[in-house]
Amino acid sequence: MADLGCTIAGIESINPFWLASAPPTDKYYNVVRAFEAGWGGVVWKTLGEDPPVVNVASRYGVHHDAGRGVIGINNIELISDRPLEVNLREIGRTRKEWPDRVIIGSMMAPIDEQAWKELAIKIANSGVHGIELNLGCPHGMCERGMGSAIGQVPDMVEQTTRWVREAVDLPVFTKLTPNITNILWAAEAAKKGGAHAVSLINTVNSIVSVDLDAMAPTPVVGGKGTHGGYCGAAVKPIALNMVAEIARSPDTRGLDISAIGGIENWRDAAEFISLGANALQVCTAAMLYGFRIVDDMIAGLSAFMDEKGYRNIEEFRGLATRNTVDWNALDMNFDTKAFINPDKCIECGRCHIACEDTSHQAIEYHVAADGKRSFTVVDEDCVGCNLCAMICPVPDCIEMRPVDNGKPYVSWPEHPLNPMKAAQ
Amino acid sequence: MGVLMTHKLCAAAEGVVLTDDEIAANFGDLHKPLNAIQAMAAADHCIYCYDAPCITACPTSIDIPTFIHQIRTKNVDGAARTILSENIMGGTCARACPTEVLCEQACVRNHGGEEPVEIGLLQRFAIDHLMAKGGKHPFERASATGKRIAVVGAGPAGLSCAHRTAMLGHSVTIFEAKPKAGGLNEYGLAAYKMIDDFAQREVDFLMGIGGIEINYAHPLGGNLSLRELRDTFDAVFLGVGLGNTNRLGLDGEDKHGVLDAIDFIEELRQKRKKADMTVGQDVVVIGGGNTAIDAAVQARALGAAHVTLVYRRGEDAMGATKFEIDLARTNGVVVEPWAKPTAILGGKAVTGMVFERTARDAKSGKLFGTGDTFEVKADMVLKAIGQKLDATALDGLDLAAGKISVLDGFVTNISGVFAGGDCVKSGEDLTVQAVEDGKQAAHAIDAYLKS
Repeated sequence: MADLGCTIAGIESINPFWLASAPPTDKYYNVVRAFEAGWGGVVWKTLGEDPPVVNVASRYGVHHDAGRGVIGINNIELISDRPLEVNLREIGRTRKEWPDRVIIGSMMAPIDEQAWKELAIKIANSGVHGIELNLGCPHGMCERGMGSAIGQVPDMVEQTTRWVREAVDLPVFTKLTPNITNILWAAEAAKKGGAHAVSLINTVNSIVSVDLDAMAPTPVVGGKGTHGGYCGAAVKPIALNMVAEIARSPDTRGLDISAIGGIENWRDAAEFISLGANALQVCTAAMLYGFRIVDDMIAGLSAFMDEKGYRNIEEFRGLATRNTVDWNALDMNFDTKAFINPDKCIECGRCHIACEDTSHQAIEYHVAADGKRSFTVVDEDCVGCNLCAMICPVPDCIEMRPVDNGKPYVSWPEHPLNPMKAAQ
Repeated sequence: MGVLMTHKLCAAAEGVVLTDDEIAANFGDLHKPLNAIQAMAAADHCIYCYDAPCITACPTSIDIPTFIHQIRTKNVDGAARTILSENIMGGTCARACPTEVLCEQACVRNHGGEEPVEIGLLQRFAIDHLMAKGGKHPFERASATGKRIAVVGAGPAGLSCAHRTAMLGHSVTIFEAKPKAGGLNEYGLAAYKMIDDFAQREVDFLMGIGGIEINYAHPLGGNLSLRELRDTFDAVFLGVGLGNTNRLGLDGEDKHGVLDAIDFIEELRQKRKKADMTVGQDVVVIGGGNTAIDAAVQARALGAAHVTLVYRRGEDAMGATKFEIDLARTNGVVVEPWAKPTAILGGKAVTGMVFERTARDAKSGKLFGTGDTFEVKADMVLKAIGQKLDATALDGLDLAAGKISVLDGFVTNISGVFAGGDCVKSGEDLTVQAVEDGKQAAHAIDAYLKS
C-alpha cells in the first residue's frame, strides 16, 4: 500500500489531509473529532488579539444547483470569537493527546510589528508545529485593516511574514488571498519575507445569491447583506490554477504549497498534488458531510497511487506541473475530432443544438422514416472544441479522437500565420 | 411506469364484504401526485432534449422539455402555461393519458436502459399547482370578432374547440345533451383516475377564458337540428362522440345484470359515495380495450369477488396498454384471452355466460371458433366491445367507416360545419387526441371565418 505520509515546511504528517483554519477547527471538541476520524492535521481557527471578535447571526450563504447540490458556499464569519487564552490552552492539550497529528496556529493582527510578534510568540508557546499568517480573509476583518487588506499589498505580505519569522523559530506558512490580480506577486513577497510555505487559496469575494423577497444579498442579516468568502467545489478551478502558477514560476519555485480550495475527494487531492502541492487543506467538504469524508480521501488516494505504481506522494507530486505551460507553447498542429458512438447515443440531440447554436455547426441531425434520430460529426467543420463531448449526458458516448496528421510540433511564435513572426 | 406504481386495492375475497371505507380507499388516486421534492428529482432526470421525441409522441405537441425545465427553475406556473397553451385539458391528460405508450415511451432515457422521465406526473404537478392557486385565467381573449360559434357536445373535443375559439375572440355556445360538461372525462374515465371531481374543476377552469356559454340537456335532434345551428351560427363544431354501443348479437342481452360497461362506469362516476354502487359478486367483462379494464378493475374495487375479463383475440391485440392489463391482474382480475361469447345463461337475470375458445388461422390470420366451450358464472356482465356513432341527427353529413367524414382542418362536407374527437377518425381514441382535434378545428374555424 502506498505511503501517504508527507512533509511540508519541514513538518511531517501521517497523511496530506489537514483541516483548514475555519469553523471546523474552532475548538478542542471539533479538532479531537477530526483526529479521531483520521485527519493528519489541522490549522486552528485564526487567532487574534484579545478582546475576541463578535460574530453576527446568519453567517453562510449557498450556491445550489437545480438538484439542491451545493456548488459552493460563502461565509461572513470572522476569526475565533473565543478568548486567546482558551484557544491556546486547548491547543496545548490537543497537542499532548495527539502527538502524531499536526496543529498549525493561524493568526492575524493589524499591520503593527509588535502586535504580530507578540501574538506569534504566544501561539508558538502553545506547542504548535507552525504558524500560518491569515492574509486572506476577504470579509469583515479586512475592513479593520487585517486579512485580505494585508494580503492584497505584496509589501505588507513580505513584512508580516518577516516579522513572524523573526519572532519565532517555527515553520511559517503565509496564506494568500485569491482576490488579487496576480497570485505570483503575493507568493514572491511571501518568499522574500522568508515563508517556508504558502497556503492557498483563501476564500473568493462573493455574493452567492440575492434573496428576491428581501431584496438583499444572502446571507441576510436583519435585512442587509455583505459580500462573503466563496469556497467549495466552485473555487477548485481557481485554486488549481493559482497553485500551478506558483509551482511552475522560477521566482517562487521551492516554496512549499499547502493547497486549499474545493478539495472534496481523493481525486481533487491527487490533482492538486500533481500540480505541485505538498499537502492539502479541506474545509467546505467537511462542513457539508462531516469529518468522515477523510476515509475515502485516504482510501481513494491510496488506491489511485497503488494502481499507478506511485509508492509515495513525492513520486507523483508535480508531474502535471511540467505539462502546464503558457498558451504560446501549445502545439498549433495538434488536431482532434469528435466521434459520436451510435451504440451509446440515446438520441437526446444536445450535442447537435449546442454545436449548431453556439459552436461550428459540425453535428448533422437526421430523422429516419421510422423516427430514429441520428447525429453525425462533419469532420471538416469540427474544430475539436470538446463542447459536445462535455455536455453529452452519456459517459464515453462522444469521444475526442486525436488526428494523426503527420505534422510536426509548431508553437504560435513559430507559426507561419503569426504576423509577429512574419515581421521578424 | 413500473409495476411498483400500480394501485393495489383492498380486494374482496369470496364471502367477505368490503366496508364503505375500504371501497372509498379503493377509489383513491391511482397514481399519487408528486410532492415538490419528488417533482424536482423527477424534473432533474430530464435531459432537455433538442427537438424532443416526447413532443412528437404527444398528440397535442406539448413542449415537454421546456415545461420540465420550468419546473426545474421553480417557474411552476410558467410550466403549467406551457402545457395549457397546447392542451387546455393538460390536467386530465396528465391523469388519464397512457403515457407509457406516448411521451414516456418516446423518452430517450429508455435508450440508456433507465426509467423514462415521469412526464405525466410532472405535468400533473404543474397544472395542479396553477389550479390550486386559482386566480386569473392564464390566457386572454383576443378582441371580439363578433362571430358566433355553436359547439355540439361538451366533451374534450368540444371544450377544447370552445376554449380555443373563445381565445381567438369568437363567442361560443355549447349544446350538451347531459346535465354536466366534460364528456368522457366526467362520465367515462375510471373514477380512480379523476378523483376529487377533477373533471368539473377543469371545466370551471377552462370556462375562465370567458365568452363560452353552455346549454345543458340540449342534445342534437329533437328541438335542435344541425340545419338550424348552421343557419343561426357563423360556424358549427360537432364533438358528439360515439353515442351508441355495439351489441353481442346474442339472445338474452336484455337480461337483468347485462349492461354496457360505459353505462356501469357512468353510473359509478356519478355516485358521490362509491359504496352506494351496485356490483355483482361474479362479474364478467367482455372486451379488450381500456374501457374493459376500467370496468373490470372498478368492479373489483367495489368488492366483486370474481371478475373475469374475456377477450376474443390474444393479449397483444388488446387495445388496453400493458400497464392497464397489469393493473387488472395485480388487482385480481382473471384475464381470459382467445374466447368469444356464445350464449347468455339465466332466466330473468343473468346467471352465467358460455364462451367458445378461439384461434387464429396461421395463413389467413382470420379468427375462428375451435368448438371448445366453457362456462363462467356471472350475476353481472359488462359489455365493452366498442361504441359507434349515433347518426340519427346528422342528416346531410358524409360518413365513412361509421364516423363523420372530415378533410384536413376537420371540415365536413357541409360548409362551415366542422367535427372532431371520437366521432371522426383522427388518431387514437384518447382524450388527448380529442383535445388536439378541437384545438386544430378551432384554428380551421378561425381561418374559415376570416376568409
